[in-house]
Amino acid sequence: MGTALQRFVAKENRERVVTGLGWFSIGLGLAELLMPRTLSRLVGAPRKPLLIRALGVREIAAGVGLLTQPKPAPWLKARVAGDAMDLGLLGAAFFAEDSRPARLAIASTAVAGVTAMDVLAAQDAASGTPPSGRGVVHFEHSIIINRPAEELYRCWRNFEELPRFMNHVIRVQASEGGRSHWVAKGPAGTTLHWDAEIINDHVNELIAWRSLPDGDVDHAGSVRFQPARGGRGTLVRVEMQYRAPAGAAGAKIARFLGQSPEKQVWVDLHRFKQWVETGEIARTEGQSAGRPRSTSRKYDDLVRA
Amino acid sequence: MKANCWYGKHDMRVEEVPDPEILNPHDAIVKITSTAICGSDLHMYDGFIPAMEKGDIVGHEFMGEVVEVGSEVKKVKVGDRIVVPFPISCGQCFFCQKGMFSLCENSNPNAAEAELLWGHSPAGLYGYSHLLGGYAGGQAEYARVPFADVDHVKIPDDLSDEQVLFLSDIFPTGYMAAENCDIEPGDTVAVWGCGPVGQFAIQSARLLGADSVIAIDQIPERLRLAKEKGGAETINYNEVDSVVETLREMTGGRGPDRCIDAVGMEANGHAHAGQFTYDRLKQALMLETDRPIALRECMLSCRNGGTISVPGVYGGFLDKLPFGAVMNRAITIKTGQTHVQRYLQPLLERVQKKEIDPSFVITHRMKLEEAPRAYEIFKNKLDECIKVVLKP
Repeated sequence: MGTALQRFVAKENRERVVTGLGWFSIGLGLAELLMPRTLSRLVGAPRKPLLIRALGVREIAAGVGLLTQPKPAPWLKARVAGDAMDLGLLGAAFFAEDSRPARLAIASTAVAGVTAMDVLAAQDAASGTPPSGRGVVHFEHSIIINRPAEELYRCWRNFEELPRFMNHVIRVQASEGGRSHWVAKGPAGTTLHWDAEIINDHVNELIAWRSLPDGDVDHAGSVRFQPARGGRGTLVRVEMQYRAPAGAAGAKIARFLGQSPEKQVWVDLHRFKQWVETGEIARTEGQSAGRPRSTSRKYDDLVRA
Repeated sequence: MKANCWYGKHDMRVEEVPDPEILNPHDAIVKITSTAICGSDLHMYDGFIPAMEKGDIVGHEFMGEVVEVGSEVKKVKVGDRIVVPFPISCGQCFFCQKGMFSLCENSNPNAAEAELLWGHSPAGLYGYSHLLGGYAGGQAEYARVPFADVDHVKIPDDLSDEQVLFLSDIFPTGYMAAENCDIEPGDTVAVWGCGPVGQFAIQSARLLGADSVIAIDQIPERLRLAKEKGGAETINYNEVDSVVETLREMTGGRGPDRCIDAVGMEANGHAHAGQFTYDRLKQALMLETDRPIALRECMLSCRNGGTISVPGVYGGFLDKLPFGAVMNRAITIKTGQTHVQRYLQPLLERVQKKEIDPSFVITHRMKLEEAPRAYEIFKNKLDECIKVVLKP
């Protein structure tokens, strides 16, 4: 996207950008509402006053939202959706009889520029990550399991058994001194290899580890076993931070492809719970169905990491 | 084997599919002897349930003979005749141990999806969309039953299929709906919806000590059944100006003590053309996913401090509910998918003691191959249809 643009939309400028986009929306929306015919002539599109007025209303709504609501993220997303709609309409306008292609081209370029700003601002607002390109992602998940901490610690500490409930881990080989070698499925059909070492080990309470240099993955994590509130079993809390292989952009792409480590850990924790509480992991792979695949790619495979 | 599969709105097809196999050590395979179509299946048939994939085997009310068991199954063996409850429950998690089987934390492999829509995931269900696990259902010749030790009730030889099939779903559902009302002596219970679940709710309300039951519907044969078998007074909502006002008159101005919404998200209420048009329009514009016409009436007519019990299935978002009425008048609302496993043994005993014969709701008996036609008949209430049982 260009570092200049990124810096422009960086944290310090964020509020100014949001306010600017808000007033821009209102200004444009008012023009669409009050002077639809003039606007269509300016932009080179066929005259459709009703449509343009409706777009004006939408624009004003987004603007008001941006200026008055405390969290800009959903309104920025609405702007992006609106931009997509506008680009689509402008594109379709090229095929109309009474269009002026030169003006349409200029208008489309302008809208594309605004779209870029909106997308950046929306991503920024949604993720809360500064677009600094450092690419370190940090997250945590916890789950309550109906078993004593000793049992859970023992199960987790036995790294070679982890592939049972960690879908994306193919194999773990434990060796001396708390080291282990890991092989796992990466995004887009790749295989990841890395070595890890234990940096902290309190029996029945905590295991912390980090990956060693020269591996495919750069991450550190910990799992804690604590009594759950109200005496209802054990709270298992996993914290992880990792540097995405291709920086922040890579992390976003991985998330888009449905293979984010954050989601995988969530699913793995739930599978760990099933394994420990019931002795099996809920599955439908291999069941009967009225189609070649027993499961649904869209609704099952993507969501089961 | 043959199985009834969903292919889209109003498109069910019986196809040849692979036989089920043991996939996990606690599984059992059941050869199905009887299976039924549920009112909630109609929401799938009408295209209101999201996360359905073409080829999904549907159906969640089934029973039969165990023909294979996994290595860890201890409580059922080959040859046992069992009814299978519709929620899939592990028996080990916090919720199962508290008897809340339809909230099992371990049986929905797609829990992440359900969490997105509902905040947390309930248990997996047979044949009811991938939001609830994408499990193959029981309108088929065979079914795979996970957690067989927990999810079964054995049936003695002297009871016919028709007498016990409904232990899988609709009988416990009606019963739990009535139980959720916390019925006290002298109570009047009003039941919206005289479909099979409503019929069981009416009879269960009696079994649980209600003084009188008022049944509300528009279909004459269903109102008749409620009167004859359930001893209920009836209101045909097409023949009165306002159900709320009629209930007010019938209860001396106070309103029914307990209200059961056995209608759910596809409420009709044609006589209330205004509400139906409003809600149908909002559904079409995707501004509302469900039509809570019956629920609104419950909220307005229930007596102060009373209870509304909702077995009727809702999926998404409701609009314009008179919650001010609910809060200001201290009304309790209880809901939920049925914790069937909790009721299997007690209700089987009631059937054995002849306190109730669940087969009274059956009006149509058809073959599994006729399932698409059966759905059409059940959906449109043709031929005075109330409940269809399919035989593989």
